[in-house]
Amino acid sequence: MALASANAVYNTRRRRNQIAVALAIGATLFGLAWLVLILAELLWKGFSGLDLDVFTQMTPPPGGSGGLLNPIIGSLVLTVVAVLIGTPLGILAGTYMAEYGRYEKLTIVVRFINDILLSAPSIVIGLFIYEVMVAQMGHFSGWAGAVALAVIVVPVVVRTTEDMLTMVPDTLREAAASIGLPRSLMIQKVAYRAARAGMVTGVLLAVARISGETAPLLFTALNNQFWSLDMNAPVASLPVVIFQFALSPYRDWQQLAWTGALIITLAVLALSIIARVLSAQRKTS
Amino acid sequence: MSIASFTTPTVNRPQASADGLAEKVTIRDLDFFYGDHRALKNINLSLYQCKVTALIGPSGCGKSTLLRILNRMYDLYPNQRAAGHVRLDDEDILSPSQDLNLLRAKVGMVFQKPTPFPMTIYENIAFGIRLYEKLPKSEIDDRVKHCLQRAALWEEVKDKLGANGLSLSGGQQQRLCIARTVAVRPEVILFDEPCSALDPISTAKIEELIDELKEDYTIAIVTHNMQQAARVSDFTAFMYLGELVEFGETTTIFTSPSDRRTQDYITGRFG
Repeated sequence: MALASANAVYNTRRRRNQIAVALAIGATLFGLAWLVLILAELLWKGFSGLDLDVFTQMTPPPGGSGGLLNPIIGSLVLTVVAVLIGTPLGILAGTYMAEYGRYEKLTIVVRFINDILLSAPSIVIGLFIYEVMVAQMGHFSGWAGAVALAVIVVPVVVRTTEDMLTMVPDTLREAAASIGLPRSLMIQKVAYRAARAGMVTGVLLAVARISGETAPLLFTALNNQFWSLDMNAPVASLPVVIFQFALSPYRDWQQLAWTGALIITLAVLALSIIARVLSAQRKTS
Repeated sequence: MSIASFTTPTVNRPQASADGLAEKVTIRDLDFFYGDHRALKNINLSLYQCKVTALIGPSGCGKSTLLRILNRMYDLYPNQRAAGHVRLDDEDILSPSQDLNLLRAKVGMVFQKPTPFPMTIYENIAFGIRLYEKLPKSEIDDRVKHCLQRAALWEEVKDKLGANGLSLSGGQQQRLCIARTVAVRPEVILFDEPCSALDPISTAKIEELIDELKEDYTIAIVTHNMQQAARVSDFTAFMYLGELVEFGETTTIFTSPSDRRTQDYITGRFG
């Protein structure tokens, strides 16, 4: 009797478990299916237009033939400048929070604001930079675009730097202090070294994040049909060109938009893989 | 034992003149606070030059706290405060004007968990040397070798000085940390349960090492292992609930302790 009722309870539980597992797998497949469809479409349409011209020719006028050289270089320049501006700021702020100000109220406030900035819609950042830079200077410029992207880089780097430095065990700090190492040297020579892989990962993730951003560039770097490395002038970038070309009625522009999207996706994929490898190294060391 | 000995520590102070003992570190009327919590109560204790002093007592009795006052390690954290007098030779350690980095160069520390820096074996040692001395490379090489020999690690690592310090075994890492401490040429070395993460063979090596190091250094060691305290130390301090219950020569403490609590603890009746 007891066994029979126990079996009934057990069978119900087993059936519930099966339903739950089926639902979980179903939800996963549903989500994955869209991702696979998007990637398949992207690979299909993107690869068919991928040739040497893409990397050697400027963006064409409608109907003409051309490539994506100027937006590729523009994106690279904007990203590099944004990282050069954002990374030192982010690392210094993260270092303050994890090392010098760990027990200060200021750190809690900064962390809270940083988290807001981390999830701020990028179009808001674009409008803000438009207001403080583009409107003041009177024209769109590469500098404005790079600064807008840097504003996105900073909170990501602050966050990972603080997290990675907090993960460095206090015993290592004490060991450094125990041989008479001043705090600044301890941070440079011991803490940064111990947290290096994680901090580099953070910067790579920030690069991945900004390389697909369109909204902050629309109001800042705008776009440029021609070859230009002048940071005081509008600069072309892949996301904005994709945006413009994909919305156009011209077939060859649409093709270039697909190809550009593929290039960004592959670049971000490569960055993610490098970040993964680096963080795996961190775990094993 | 009278009730009185429950409240005042029994200190069998050795005759300094008779034994030729010199006080290296002198602790007088020392209190320590974590926030409002008084973790150490009126500690009076001396560490003698070139002798090993063991601090024993149950967990939470304040022995590690006491050790961490001697190099002001507690200063890394907020809301921790020491009151009283601690002198290293004639220097007031607790003075606000005390230069902490210079103090810590003189009072080295080896921790419970081995803590090699994330750099090569060679750099782990050379790093500390370069902090205070500007030496040509060949001299640094000699010093690194000497320190590793001092820590009985040279034979095991001489062919892989470029390997990461973290690639060594736990016992080797701990000896690397001892070599790193010695490299700065301290006068006092503090050991905070240096063997609690090590196997018996590594433990024996470290104990042997402590025995050799005391020729040149004044040593204090916190340990939970009674046998270890008996083996390596010349003096033993028994602490309980933040008080120093008894202090004296190790042989005396372990054979005829004068306080009942000391006897109970070393015979394993509590703690």
